[in-house]
Amino acid sequence: MINLNIPFMSYRKIATMTSLALLALSILSLGFRGLNLGLDFSGGTLIEVTYSEAVDLGEIRDLMTNNGFDDFQVVNFGSDTDVLIKVADKDGSSQLGDTIFTFLQADDPSMELQRIEFVGPQVGSELRDQGGLGMLVALGMILLYVAFRFQYKFALGAVTALAHDVVIILGLFSLFAWDFDLTVLAALLAVIGYSLNDTIVVSDRIRENFRGERGFEPEEIINRSINQTLSRTLITSFTTLLVLLALYFFGGDMIRGFSEALIIGVLVGTYSSIYVVANMLLGLSITQDDLAIPEAEGVEFDEMP
Amino acid sequence: MNRFSIGTHAFILMVLAIGVIYSLPNLYPAKPAIQIAYTDSGKSADQSLLDQVSEILISKAITAESVGLKDNNIVAKFSSFDAQLAAKSALQRVLLDRAVVALNLEPSTPQWLRSIGGGPLKLGLDLSGGVHFLLEVDIESALDNRLDSLLNQYRKKFRDDRISVESSQKNDKELIFEFLGDEDYSKALKIFGDDNITSVGTALYDLQSSSIRNRVSLAYSQSAIKEIRDYAVGQNLMTLRNRVNELGVSEPIVQRQGSSRIVVELPGVQDTTAAKKIIGKTANLEFRLEAASTTSRLRKEEFDYQDERMGSAYLEKNVIVAGERVTNASSGFDESGFAQVNISLDMQGGRAMQKATSGNIGRKLGVLFVERKNKSILTLDENGQEVIEQTSYIEKSIISLATVQAVLGTSFRITGVGSPQEASELALLLRAGALAAPMKFVEERTVGPSLGKENIELGIRSIIIGLLSVIAFMLFYYRWFGLAANIALFANVVLITGFMSLLGATLTLPGIAGIVLTIGMAVDANVLIFSRIREELAEGKDPQTAIQEGFSRAFVTIFDANVTTLIASVVLYAIGTGPIKGFAITLSIGIITSMFTAIIGTRAIINLMYGNKNIQELRV
Repeated sequence: MINLNIPFMSYRKIATMTSLALLALSILSLGFRGLNLGLDFSGGTLIEVTYSEAVDLGEIRDLMTNNGFDDFQVVNFGSDTDVLIKVADKDGSSQLGDTIFTFLQADDPSMELQRIEFVGPQVGSELRDQGGLGMLVALGMILLYVAFRFQYKFALGAVTALAHDVVIILGLFSLFAWDFDLTVLAALLAVIGYSLNDTIVVSDRIRENFRGERGFEPEEIINRSINQTLSRTLITSFTTLLVLLALYFFGGDMIRGFSEALIIGVLVGTYSSIYVVANMLLGLSITQDDLAIPEAEGVEFDEMP
Repeated sequence: MNRFSIGTHAFILMVLAIGVIYSLPNLYPAKPAIQIAYTDSGKSADQSLLDQVSEILISKAITAESVGLKDNNIVAKFSSFDAQLAAKSALQRVLLDRAVVALNLEPSTPQWLRSIGGGPLKLGLDLSGGVHFLLEVDIESALDNRLDSLLNQYRKKFRDDRISVESSQKNDKELIFEFLGDEDYSKALKIFGDDNITSVGTALYDLQSSSIRNRVSLAYSQSAIKEIRDYAVGQNLMTLRNRVNELGVSEPIVQRQGSSRIVVELPGVQDTTAAKKIIGKTANLEFRLEAASTTSRLRKEEFDYQDERMGSAYLEKNVIVAGERVTNASSGFDESGFAQVNISLDMQGGRAMQKATSGNIGRKLGVLFVERKNKSILTLDENGQEVIEQTSYIEKSIISLATVQAVLGTSFRITGVGSPQEASELALLLRAGALAAPMKFVEERTVGPSLGKENIELGIRSIIIGLLSVIAFMLFYYRWFGLAANIALFANVVLITGFMSLLGATLTLPGIAGIVLTIGMAVDANVLIFSRIREELAEGKDPQTAIQEGFSRAFVTIFDANVTTLIASVVLYAIGTGPIKGFAITLSIGIITSMFTAIIGTRAIINLMYGNKNIQELRV
């Protein structure tokens, strides 16, 4: 697998178009449809109950309506005996969950409570702000670290790749109206970590090859670097996908959104570490001089009178 | 070539040994236990309670595996859940109100492990089941209350000193006094100047005076607000701790979060409604004298009884003492065997009570229960969108109206409160009322016990499946090198468990996801190293040099890649709450341990396999 020599960079125009199209689609969807915010961010009340046998959701809906609720969702969660009820934040009262549980239990005493979650409207918006801020802080700090360890063109490439990944995942969550909650936010930050891992490995090789061999075109060097790291990139993505699939299929419904976001993240992240970073480097016309090992500063000082 | 020194081997073995030892406690199952504590949280369990518990158990022929003091509680462990339940009801019957008896699961960590600080992983609420509450202390109304009482104090002072006040009022967040003559004005200024009521603790109110209209205004300074907030939150924390203690939950968490919020976590609590009732009493109390029939309408108010059958009564407007002065309340019996409630006030409250009751023996003293309730209405915002506006209103009702039989001080009792049951409820309400400022729930998460258990099972299953599939792939793809990586991977999982147990970190469901993710990503370092070795071999280097070069050249890359992931997880820790923090912790620990096992650990194994040997051909 070592010397496949795929001319990655000759497909860069197609890759750029694909990325731009995906980004545009994501941004449009985010702009028009927005995110389907989970309870953590929207605020409201959520109740999960388990019945001893499969229940008719319509009956539960009727019960809810009869008890004076009108803005709610009733869905199965995981299995047809598990029911999840979400009530939009009608009056911001923490009593709601207990009230609903009480009349549901009165209707069927064998029913069992799994969980009640209530998030006040204020907390929801705080978590939203904090989450967004955290994402920006993480990106900013990574930009600084990569700029310090590599060079600013790499830092720009890395952060563009990360933003690319994050926006596309957000776009997919928006497009398919998947629940975006705190665990998905955590997954998004993990994607940043993962995708960066990949990016750094590729960048590291590009830097090494730029320094090591003179007289090649940047495009050729980048191509070679990507090919050299390709088997590693694919193997790591594969093992990570293995565990994520285990999590997706066996981890239960509460972290399904988390594994979903990460699976997409690993796929997009692998792609972006190959194309986005390299593309940015070529776009910023990286040269061998950019990566010349700086001469030790001490030498200059010694020569000073 | 490619041999580690004895020192390096010793170091690796030492780290591994620490990991293994501290993950051991997780292998011992938790034992059914009972936790006994005094109802009064100020008192910690002592030898006499311990003796009593042992006696009760012996008299009922219940055998406990051990009974002993632990922290401020007595903990008794049992071999079966039946014995645990029998013991609980036996203990409760004898100890009654004096002690809280709670069911609990105690780790059965052996003594030698405990003596070196070992213990099993703490489980987050999403795994153990239980309730999480986030309460917000309403500082605005604490400030408002304080301003009201300040206004009354000054009015009284000016009346006593015969200073004529033209007007005195509370306006938004300040007090405004206007005086008739210059002389009154300067006398008043002197009072404001040297009076210590103008300060809150060490912070001062902002005082502004203008001689043009003989006007003085008094408002909170920033430091005064901070002081009041800290006081109110601190006071409420204490009250909440007492209330939580009444619930008899083992290992509850009651903590301040941010400037004015309090987190309450009750692991294992199943009856959440009851818990919430006691925690969530956003209540206060007021002690007032009953108004005489001759009292002017302006100085009395009519209130309903809490018990609707009793009708209503008139109380004076003047509040003698409010709930925050109540330090304790308990139910008991008087000489003739009737139920009564004993109340203790702090010094200031005692003095006020003494003053108010000294001339009023024979009159009735009322206790008002002040409860804040929320009401929500739909309104239109500036964009014409329907939004929900939450308003809260205050409901006051009489919970007791009893004749004053003597001058009351810091401790007194209320008799004629009905049945013992009612007496203990009243005592509970009185204790519950001792809040410095009202609170409201802003977040609540309840996880039923079966969901918690299910989450653990699913989590562990996905760890095992993930681990096995990665191990199988590595073995298939890298053969002997894969074996080395797999041993390192396994060591990594042990190290994560060990270090998390050692640090007392909490394991949550996202935390388990973090471990699973770490397993997938930990082999990355090995993959990087092995790919490098392959390349070096392809360039025609001899096997020993290839191993050497492969490890050293991959190191920089691995280091950079991991540091950046670490940055992301530290940010996650900073912004996250509860479960998400758990994910950030496992991810961070996983990154650090995986660098150790994947770089140093794998190297040690490969060195043992190939080091100092004459290898003709190396298959990676």
